[in-house]
Amino acid sequence: MSDIGLILSIGVIVVGLLWLTIRSLTGREVERRIIFLFIGISVAIPLLFNITVSEKATPIVKGIYDKVENLPSGSKILISFDYGPSMAPEVEPMSDAFLRHALAKGHKVFIMGLWATGQSLGAAAVDKIVKPEFPDKVDGVDYINIGYKAGNQGVLNVIITDFRKMYATDVNGVDLDSVEIFENIRSLKDMDLILCVGGGFPGIKEWVLFAADPGNIPLAGGSAAVATPLLYPYYPKQLIGLLGGIKGAAEYESEMKKNYPRFADMPTPGLNMMGPQTLAHMVVMAFIVIGNLSFFFAKRRKK
Amino acid sequence: MLSYLKPSQVISIFLFLFIILFSFASLAISQDTETIEEIIADSVNIFIPTTATDVVAVDHVYDCGEAVDVSWTLSTDDEKIGEYKILRAGEGSPDFVQVGVVLPGNFSFIDKSVESGQSYIYKIAAVYNGNAVESEPSNIVIPDTEPVNWNLLNLFLIGLLIAGAVIYLISHAKSGKKLFIRKIAGLEAIDEAIGRATEMGRPILFIPGINDMDDVQTIAGITLLGRVAKVVADYDIKINMPVARSLVMTTARETIREAYIGAGRPDAYSDDMVRYITDEQFGYVAAVDGIMVREKPATCFYLGAFFAESLILAETGNSIGAIQIAGTAMPAQLPFFVAACDYTLIGEELIAASDYLSGEPRQLGSLKGQDVGKLLAMIALIIGVLSITIADAWGVDFFVWLSDKMDAMFTIQN
Amino acid sequence: MKRQVPVLITFIVGTVLILSVFFPPAERLGEDFSIFFDIIAVFAFFLGGGNLLRIHFGKVYQKREDWGFSIVTLCGFAIMMMAGLFKLWNPGGIAADVAAPGSLFQLMYDWIFNPLGASMYSLLAFYVASASYRAFRAKNIDATILLIAAFVILLGRTPLGMYVTSWVPESFSILQIPNLAIWIMVSPNLAGQRAIMIGIALGVVSMSLRLILGVERTYLGVDNE
Repeated sequence: MSDIGLILSIGVIVVGLLWLTIRSLTGREVERRIIFLFIGISVAIPLLFNITVSEKATPIVKGIYDKVENLPSGSKILISFDYGPSMAPEVEPMSDAFLRHALAKGHKVFIMGLWATGQSLGAAAVDKIVKPEFPDKVDGVDYINIGYKAGNQGVLNVIITDFRKMYATDVNGVDLDSVEIFENIRSLKDMDLILCVGGGFPGIKEWVLFAADPGNIPLAGGSAAVATPLLYPYYPKQLIGLLGGIKGAAEYESEMKKNYPRFADMPTPGLNMMGPQTLAHMVVMAFIVIGNLSFFFAKRRKK
Repeated sequence: MLSYLKPSQVISIFLFLFIILFSFASLAISQDTETIEEIIADSVNIFIPTTATDVVAVDHVYDCGEAVDVSWTLSTDDEKIGEYKILRAGEGSPDFVQVGVVLPGNFSFIDKSVESGQSYIYKIAAVYNGNAVESEPSNIVIPDTEPVNWNLLNLFLIGLLIAGAVIYLISHAKSGKKLFIRKIAGLEAIDEAIGRATEMGRPILFIPGINDMDDVQTIAGITLLGRVAKVVADYDIKINMPVARSLVMTTARETIREAYIGAGRPDAYSDDMVRYITDEQFGYVAAVDGIMVREKPATCFYLGAFFAESLILAETGNSIGAIQIAGTAMPAQLPFFVAACDYTLIGEELIAASDYLSGEPRQLGSLKGQDVGKLLAMIALIIGVLSITIADAWGVDFFVWLSDKMDAMFTIQN
Repeated sequence: MKRQVPVLITFIVGTVLILSVFFPPAERLGEDFSIFFDIIAVFAFFLGGGNLLRIHFGKVYQKREDWGFSIVTLCGFAIMMMAGLFKLWNPGGIAADVAAPGSLFQLMYDWIFNPLGASMYSLLAFYVASASYRAFRAKNIDATILLIAAFVILLGRTPLGMYVTSWVPESFSILQIPNLAIWIMVSPNLAGQRAIMIGIALGVVSMSLRLILGVERTYLGVDNE
C-alpha cells in the first residue's frame, strides 16, 4: 500500500513538473506559490514514506570521527551548543552524535552554550541521550552542563584563561570547585578537543578566532549548510573537520553505526533527512531548468 | 560376557567407549591449554616496560605564567605501552598528582593548570596493563610572566605596516589632494531608493543586521543609517527600524535624533522609529517579515551582519516589490542578497560606505590606506605561491628558503 | 563633552585590547573590558524589554491598527517571563534550574518556542528554491558557468550524485559528481571567499583605526568634521 502511495506521490510531482515544463515553452514564468507547493510535497513524501539513503563519510567528516576515536579514554571534550530551536532540526543530529560518540568512548564531556537557547538544548540532550543510553555516567563526574553566559565571544576571551571568572556553578547551581570533573580544569586550554555545533553568531568562526587559535586547542564542529562555505577556509589547519549541514550529520551517523554495534539501532535523524534533501534538490534543479526554458522562449518571442 | 555379543555390537561398544574417552581427554587437554594460556597471560601482565627518561620541564614562553612545557625521551618499550601519564608535585611535596595523559609516541605535554610563581616538579609514568613505571623526577620549574610575546612579532610588524599606512594616508589626505575612489553602484542608488519611497508615500525599512554594537558591520550599518536618516529627515519620510539588540536600539535612536536635529526638525523625531523586537534570530525574522507584509515599505535596507535570515528577509522584500539595498561582510550570505536584492555592497564596500558617502578627505585617506594593505597582500600571495610552487617542483634552494620564510612570516605561533 | 567622552573610552579600550595581544601582562585588562561589555549588554536587556512593553501597551491603549497582535505579544512576554522568574511548575522548586524538565518554562520552550523557531528556519528551503529559480538563468557566459556549478553542487550534496557517476573509473574520481562538488567548494569558491575575507579584514582594520582615533563618529550621532 505504501509503495503505491509513494509511486503515486512521485508520479504527481513528475507530471506536475512536466506540465510546468510544457507551459514554460510558451515563455510563461512559474508563480512562487507553485514552487513552494512542489518543495513542500517533495520534502513531505520521503518523510511520510520513510525513504532513507546510505552515506559514506568524506575525509572532512572522518577527521572529527577519528580524532574522537583516537583520544585516550577519559580525555576532556567540550561540546558547545551554539544554536537555537530554529536551527535544531538541522544541527541537533550533529550534537547528538558527538555526545553519544564521546560518552561511548569514555571521554569526559563538558556542555556549554554561547547562545541563550543552547543551555536548554544541552539539558535536553542530557535527558534524551545521556540518562537513558548511558545510565552509568554520573553528572559532575563523567559529564557536566555549565550552561550559557551572555557576552558572545567575550565569554571565550575570559574562559580561555579562567573558567571560574565566568562560571561559578553548573546549570544545577553546583559549585564548580566541588565537582570531580572540574578538578585540574582551569581554562579552555585544558580541553583536549572542542566541538562547536552552530551556524550563526557566535559560532564556529568565533571559536576559531577567540579560543582555538590563541589557545592552540584542537577544534572541530558542525554547522548549518548555509553557513558552512564560510568555514571551509579554516579546514584543515584550524578545524580538524567539519560537518556541513544534514549531509555531514548523516555521514557521521553512518560511521558510528558502522563501527559501534551498540549504535546499530540508534535514532539517525541525519540519515533519515537525506531522503527529503535528495528529492528537494532534484525538484530545485527541475525548476532551474524550467526557469531557463521560459527565459529562452520569452526572449525568442520578443525577437 | 563378550561371547554373548555379536562382533559388530562389540565393535560398536568399543567405538562408543573410545569416543567418550577421547572426548574427556580432549576436554582435559583443552583445560590444560587454557591454564597454560592463563599462565602466559599472567607472565605478560607482569611485563614491566622501561621508563621514560630525561624528563625536562621548562616555563612556557610568552604567557602570564600559566603553562609549563614538559618533554621526555620515549620509553624503549614505547610501542608496547598503553599511555604516558604526566604527574606533577609542588616542590618538596612527595605527592604527585596526574595532570594529563598522552598516547604512546608523544614526547611532550603542555601543563596549563599551573599557577604563576609556584615551583613544580614532574614525573612521567609509562603505563602497561595498569602497571605504571615512573621516571626520575624532572628539574624544578617556576612558571613566570614574560612582558612581551615575541612570538607575535610577525603579526605586530604586519599590523604596524597596515595601520601605519592607514594613519599616514589619513593625515596625508588632510593636505587636500584629491583622491580617486571608484563608484559603488549600491551607494549611488541610496538616494534613488529614498526618492522612490518619497514618491510612493510609503515607509523605509532599515535593518542593521542581528549582531550587537561590538561588531564592526553593525557600526558600519549605523554609520550608513546616519546618512539615510539625514535624507529621510529632509524629505519627511517615515523610517521604520526594528532591531534585535537593545544597545543597537539606543545607538540608532541617537543617530536618527541627531539627523533630525541637523535637519532642523527635532519635533518630527519619535523614539518609536526604532523598536526592539527580540534577540532570538528567527523570532526577529518573523516580526520583520510581518512588518514588511503589513506595511509594504517602498525601500528596504539590509546593512550589517546577517546569517541564515538573510534570504528570508530579502525574498519577502522581493515579494512585496520593494527596492532593496543590502550590504554585509558575511561571505556566506552574499549570494542570497545578490540573488534577491537590487544592489549589494560586498564585504569591504559596506565598511567603506560611510567614508565614500562622506567624501571627507581624512576618511577617504583611510580607504587608500586599506588599498596599501591589499597591495601588500597581493605581493605576499604572488611571492608565496611562486616560491612554494618552484620549491616543490624543482627544489631550488633559494625558493625553498623563501617559502619557509614566507610560511614563518604568516604563521601565528602560540 | 557628550561627544568627547565616548571617543575617549573607545580610544582607551581599543588601544588596551590591541596591546593585550602582544603584552601578556595586559591580557587581564583585555578580559576585564570584555566583562564590562557583558555587564552593560545584560543591563541593556531591560532597555529592550521596556521598549517592547511601552510600544505594545501604547498600541493596545490607543487601539491602533493590528492592536490584537500586540495583545498576543504582551501575553507571550508576560507568561514566559513569569514562568522563568517564578519557576512555575518547576519540580525542583524555586532553587532549581530554570529549564528543569517538567517546568512550565521548559514545556513552553519545547512545545511552543521550538516548533515556531524551526518553522521559520524551514522557510529557507522554500525561499532557496524560488531564489534559485529566478537567479540561475543562462543570460551570459558567467551566468552559465554559475548555473553549471549550481547543478553540480545540488547533485553532489545528495547520494544521487554518486549513483549517477559511480561508473567513472577511480583514476578519474575527480569527475565523480560529489568529488567535483567538493572541488568547487574548496577551490574556486574558497579562492573567491578568501579574497573577500582579506578585503573585509583590511576594511575592519581601517574602520577600527578610524573609530579608535575618533575620525569616524557618525555612529555616535555626530557628523564627522
